[in-house]
Amino acid sequence: MTPTLIIVGLIVLVVAFIWSLYNGLVTAKARVDESWSGIDVQLKRRTDLIPNLVETVKGYATHEKSVFENVTKARAAIMDAKGPVEAAEANNMLTGALKSLFAVAENYPDLKANQNFLQLQEQLGDTEDKIAYSRQFYNSNVLDYNVKTKMFPNVLLAGAFGFKEVEFFKAKEEEKQEVKVKF
Amino acid sequence: MTIYSQIESNKRRTWIIMAFFIVFVTAVSYVFGQANGYGFSWASIALIISGIMSLGSYYYADKLVLLMSSARVVSEKDNPELYRIVENLSIAAGLPMPKVYIIHDSQPNAFATGRDPEHAVMAFTTGLLERLEKQM
Repeated sequence: MTPTLIIVGLIVLVVAFIWSLYNGLVTAKARVDESWSGIDVQLKRRTDLIPNLVETVKGYATHEKSVFENVTKARAAIMDAKGPVEAAEANNMLTGALKSLFAVAENYPDLKANQNFLQLQEQLGDTEDKIAYSRQFYNSNVLDYNVKTKMFPNVLLAGAFGFKEVEFFKAKEEEKQEVKVKF
Repeated sequence: MTIYSQIESNKRRTWIIMAFFIVFVTAVSYVFGQANGYGFSWASIALIISGIMSLGSYYYADKLVLLMSSARVVSEKDNPELYRIVENLSIAAGLPMPKVYIIHDSQPNAFATGRDPEHAVMAFTTGLLERLEKQM
């Protein structure tokens, strides 16, 4: 009787172990997905502000076609982006395009005094901050998840359960310095 | 340590402190009750009172403290800088936006209260806001 009891006990132990391992991975993955939606919300907000901004600037700076095109292209790239890597690239592209747009705006004193323009500029600055903060949260969850899938013995089963490595949302080199909590 | 395990351990500690408070008050009253010859009656009264106090502070601490300190709620329009700092930090911590309050007081002070993220409150005194500035 005793050997069968030992075998049954071992099987129960192994099943319980795999069970908790699987649930741990599911939780970590759910946190990654949840924090991704945080970035997504801010990216959406950023792209929503762009058409308004372009219209406002166009009213003053009519001859800067290439600047507007770059901004619009980057905006479309964000909206079409699939996954964190593409979204991060498109987002960095938009940051660059906006930089040249605001540089152009410097040449138009009337535009710089426009209330609407100032407000949009401020809101865009705020969304950029929020993207940085949500990226921090997302990346820490991704790190936690990726480590969990690679640790022994999780690594033996993570692949079989379909838990793949998740990509980070990378910032540009120059932006990275800004991410430090600032207050 | 992730933010999630921190939250879990803080919750556990809150329950331990609340339980300890009830046990401690009841035990002390029992000793004094016995010494004065009242038997269990003191201990049972203490148990009821400390139980009500613990639960009361758990459910109503946020409202009570804010009432006592006559704090007023802050919207994004009233103080965009403060509001956005709180908003950004809650994004970084993956928490819902708490209510932000300002207390009219020249003492630099701040506190957070509320039993869960949905009932969270952060309060700052005007003295603190005047003295600190936003830094990178």
